[in-house]
Amino acid sequence: MTRSPKRSPQRSPKRSPKGEAPREEPRTEPREKSPKRRRVVEPSRLAARDVLAEAVAGMLQRPGRSVLTALGTVLGVGTFVAILGLTATTSSQIDSRFNVLTATEVTVEDVARDQNEFADPAFPADADARIERLGGVEDAGVYWNVRLAPGTAVRSAPVGDGTGSERIDVVAASPGALRAAEPTLAQGRLYDEFASGSAQPVAVLGKAVADRLGITTLETSPAVFIGDEPFTVAGIIDDVKRRADVLMSVTVPRTTAEKLWGPPQQGDAKMLITTATGAAAQIAREAPVALRPDHPEYLKAVPPPDPRTLRAGVTDDLDQLFLLLAAVSLVIGAVGIANTTLVAVLERTGEIGLRRALGARGRHITVQFLTESGALGTMGGLVGTALGVSTVIAVALVRDWTPVMHTGTVVAAPAVGLVTGVVAGLYPAWRASRIEPAEALRR
Amino acid sequence: MSGTGETGRAAEPAGTGDQDVPVIEFRGVSLTYPGPPPVAALRPCELTVHRGEFITVVGPSGSGKSTFLNVAGLLDAPTGGTYLLDGIDTAALRDGERTALRGRRIGFVFQSFHLLPHRSATENVTLSMVYSAVPRAERRARARTALERVGLGHRADALPGRLSGGERQRVAIARALAGRPSLLLCDEPTGNLDSDNAGSVLDLLGELHASGMTIVVITHDAEVAERGQRTVTIRDGILSEPSREARA
Repeated sequence: MTRSPKRSPQRSPKRSPKGEAPREEPRTEPREKSPKRRRVVEPSRLAARDVLAEAVAGMLQRPGRSVLTALGTVLGVGTFVAILGLTATTSSQIDSRFNVLTATEVTVEDVARDQNEFADPAFPADADARIERLGGVEDAGVYWNVRLAPGTAVRSAPVGDGTGSERIDVVAASPGALRAAEPTLAQGRLYDEFASGSAQPVAVLGKAVADRLGITTLETSPAVFIGDEPFTVAGIIDDVKRRADVLMSVTVPRTTAEKLWGPPQQGDAKMLITTATGAAAQIAREAPVALRPDHPEYLKAVPPPDPRTLRAGVTDDLDQLFLLLAAVSLVIGAVGIANTTLVAVLERTGEIGLRRALGARGRHITVQFLTESGALGTMGGLVGTALGVSTVIAVALVRDWTPVMHTGTVVAAPAVGLVTGVVAGLYPAWRASRIEPAEALRR
Repeated sequence: MSGTGETGRAAEPAGTGDQDVPVIEFRGVSLTYPGPPPVAALRPCELTVHRGEFITVVGPSGSGKSTFLNVAGLLDAPTGGTYLLDGIDTAALRDGERTALRGRRIGFVFQSFHLLPHRSATENVTLSMVYSAVPRAERRARARTALERVGLGHRADALPGRLSGGERQRVAIARALAGRPSLLLCDEPTGNLDSDNAGSVLDLLGELHASGMTIVVITHDAEVAERGQRTVTIRDGILSEPSREARA
């Protein structure tokens, strides 16, 4: 705001605009009557602060109606914020579930029978060694669930003593597979390549299985019987990081299982590979070729899921529908504001006439009503944002998640309300500016 | 930019306080609403109102009083003739300038008061200064002064709903005065008031006149018309000024 140089003593007692230079109003009229034409009258003005004050006063004079008017915007913006927030929260949940453990794990499945019904089991005898030679592999091993003949029970004594009432699974696993499960031992040790290579009758029990079989200590060199075959218990596993089923099973070396019960049924055998961080995808590509250079297609390696595709999948599904709903409620909100503002304009015709008589130009009326509807929209946007954020936090609390919201969402949401309000106010404000003061004042 | 203020001042007619320049000068002013058929709401007329005068315009309803109010109040532009307000040729003004001139030089008083219901008397009075760039700080003080002048200093914070009809009209007069107009243009100021309140409002107008305000009152009421120094009659769009002697 520029200040004009001090004026000569005011000749007119009628006005004292305190030395402020009148702001040049943009002249839209193209006709400039003559170049020597001088400004005869200082133009009317409406300071930004007065516009705001008038808009707030207009909103507060009918508080109940203002609240109801803003409701649509509240719902629309609230839904937007809640959906965007919940999306961000859930995808960050997926991120955290997608942790180091799954990212360093590759499973290779035997799909030979799908390709060729006469194919033998696809894993070669030296499968563990072949894979462990690959760079980035930490442990690898073949395992399968042994299908025992019906009536074959697992017991802790050669003849039945009543412990065989529940079935206990028997898992054949090479030493590498056992290590890849990253077990924590309660007692004893795992069997090694030597025991496996010479098909020793040794077994590793999960803690739960050991309890059920009544085996509490290895000091007595206990044995378990699978059917009639005795197995020396080498160790008891307290916990594993992968393949929790090991805890519920008796695990025996792969070679021993093959010798006693034959090779795995088609498709039963799998290979578990643990890798260095970041190597999983590479190893998944290499493993089938390393195992079966002649028939890599007999094996299917399953790499860990790509987190990027995971997140995209989540975002795409339901959210678009909900965002559409939010947009619809925003439109409804806008229509509500437009409607109420239009009614207010008609109700306040007298006021508009009065303002015109007091020197308000048509554009001042437009600006006043636009500001009013914009303020309503902003209010709705702010309340909606607060509600949306609260929703996200509440859901996250209930689900025990970490609430995550993008700053942009929270900052942009009230602006969405503002835009809704202004757009909704365009027509009513235009109507208001068209009201003839002479007509309006007759009321 | 900074020069416009100076220009604006310099362009003013030789002093708005100058007694020689009439406040209202109609030279063959007429207003015909375009048809079909065209309606001559105000026939070409001559009228001069000097500074400090109190004139009343009287006529039955439908006679063209409203048209006179709209033209004199710059709410409607005449279709013929020249209207000088404070010596400014209003025909040469653009729309925005006419609006500004109206806001700055004319104080309106309406039959139905037109007070904003949810604002106090003071806030209603300050409204007249919102569009004419009176600094915010000054508005309140001027509004108080105006309210005191109309004898409502003690009701400054009351809402219009808590005021009597006469008090409301006095608030409206205060609002008109706060803009420091050259002319107080009153349209049936007592039309909605009982005789006691009407009397007090008319007394106030008399006081304002006595202190130098130029006042034009439009009315259909002969008693109200009596209050003016001069009375102009309007009938069928024709403005005529019978001399006092002729009426007497």
